[in-house]
Amino acid sequence: MKPIDCDVHPAVPGTKVLMPWLDANWQEQVVDRGIASLESISYPPNSPLTARPDLKKAGLDFAGLTSQVFDKWGAERAILNCNYGVQLVHNTDMAIAFTRALNDWIAQEWLAKDARLASSIILPLQDIEACVDEIERLAPNRQFVQVLVLANGEAPLGKRQFWPIFRAAEKHGLPIGIHAGSSYRHPVTSLGWTTYYVEDYSAQSLGFQAQLASLVTEGVFVKFPSLKVVLIESGVTWLPGFIWRLSKFWRGVRREVPWIDRPPGDIIRDHVRMTVQPLDGPEDLSVIEKVIDQIQSDDFLLYASDFPHWQFDGDDVMPKGIPTALHKKIMRDNPLATYSRLGG
Amino acid sequence: MAKHVVAAVADFPPGTRRLVEAEERKITVFNVRGEFFALNDRCPHEGGSLCAGKLTGLVIAKEPGAYEWTRDGEIIRCPWHGWEFDVRTGRSQCDPQKMRVRLYDVHVEHGGELAEELVAETFPVTVENDYVVLEI
Repeated sequence: MKPIDCDVHPAVPGTKVLMPWLDANWQEQVVDRGIASLESISYPPNSPLTARPDLKKAGLDFAGLTSQVFDKWGAERAILNCNYGVQLVHNTDMAIAFTRALNDWIAQEWLAKDARLASSIILPLQDIEACVDEIERLAPNRQFVQVLVLANGEAPLGKRQFWPIFRAAEKHGLPIGIHAGSSYRHPVTSLGWTTYYVEDYSAQSLGFQAQLASLVTEGVFVKFPSLKVVLIESGVTWLPGFIWRLSKFWRGVRREVPWIDRPPGDIIRDHVRMTVQPLDGPEDLSVIEKVIDQIQSDDFLLYASDFPHWQFDGDDVMPKGIPTALHKKIMRDNPLATYSRLGG
Repeated sequence: MAKHVVAAVADFPPGTRRLVEAEERKITVFNVRGEFFALNDRCPHEGGSLCAGKLTGLVIAKEPGAYEWTRDGEIIRCPWHGWEFDVRTGRSQCDPQKMRVRLYDVHVEHGGELAEELVAETFPVTVENDYVVLEI
């Protein structure tokens, strides 16, 4: 059975590869200002998490990624989620220019070279209209199967300022992918800036929780009933506890959000999906099965290697402890149901 | 089924409520614009006294921001955790299938028939008045 890998990361060798897709002004700016790279500290290049030691070389280029993900791990399709710091840029025009160039680079240097690859459209959230334009510009390319934003942006995603993006994404059958990472407009924790990388990375799940609460309570799924959201590299096991918490308090303050006419957990199960790596769990693997039961949906998890991030060793992409009866759903059925464009 | 006289209608005006203890149960009786409703006083969630709750309406919305005030005065909100219950059905708004308050039959009877049936009430039932009667 050939899986659909819903989260692989192409490396951007530097701003030099974006040059062909930048106009003359921004090309000049790159040279003049010496903007060699837009790497974000969400994934410091030398952090062990950013690339598994044995995949570090493969993680650098097209040949390495495709041979690992397709030849070695046997994926039928793979979705590229490019982590590059375009979301961090403060100059809105520059952000739009770099983001468009990044999407064009992905289209030409990756998608056009291998029909098995699909990709997310990276969005310049610095400008909502520009996001809609970018969706409209790239949606005709059916290898773009999702739009991508970061878990920690400038404002909670459910707010109405973002709705034009959801309207455009729903229209084109593109799920909203929310990937771990931050545009660093705010500290990653609500307490302030952290000291260590492990704090930053662990706190990503808090951003995901806040985004889920925002999307549900602001009524995004009431307004856009066909919209799907995929939490990517979010971790999995925090979800049941968060659903219980959100649903419990909703019962007491329902009147504050009267458009939410059923428990938030039901809405999350209908509209939200999660990639399966990383899956944080204890050594006792029977606990994993319990957590999957607590999510109360066999449709929820999507197979993903998170290549080349160091989430697991060896070649068993599927996390240990997930019942084998669910493997086919997670590897194929759920991704194909989530990403309608993968079906052709 | 035993009959309990809650009050004379004249003493139980619209917008008020009475907590009745009968058959080892606590039952809250509401007068909503002249209609009477009787609910078990104990909230099925954690046991708050519904008699101490706010009688309010139901805000609904077909889409975000489209607030609509409905069912004015027909929703009792538990004072403990804010769960809302429909006084007509006893059903909770948050989980109407599984979480509901037991309803009791309450109605108005003329004193004439009651006076013959009931002799041991704590207040006199006179032939000419109407009474709110709870059946348990």
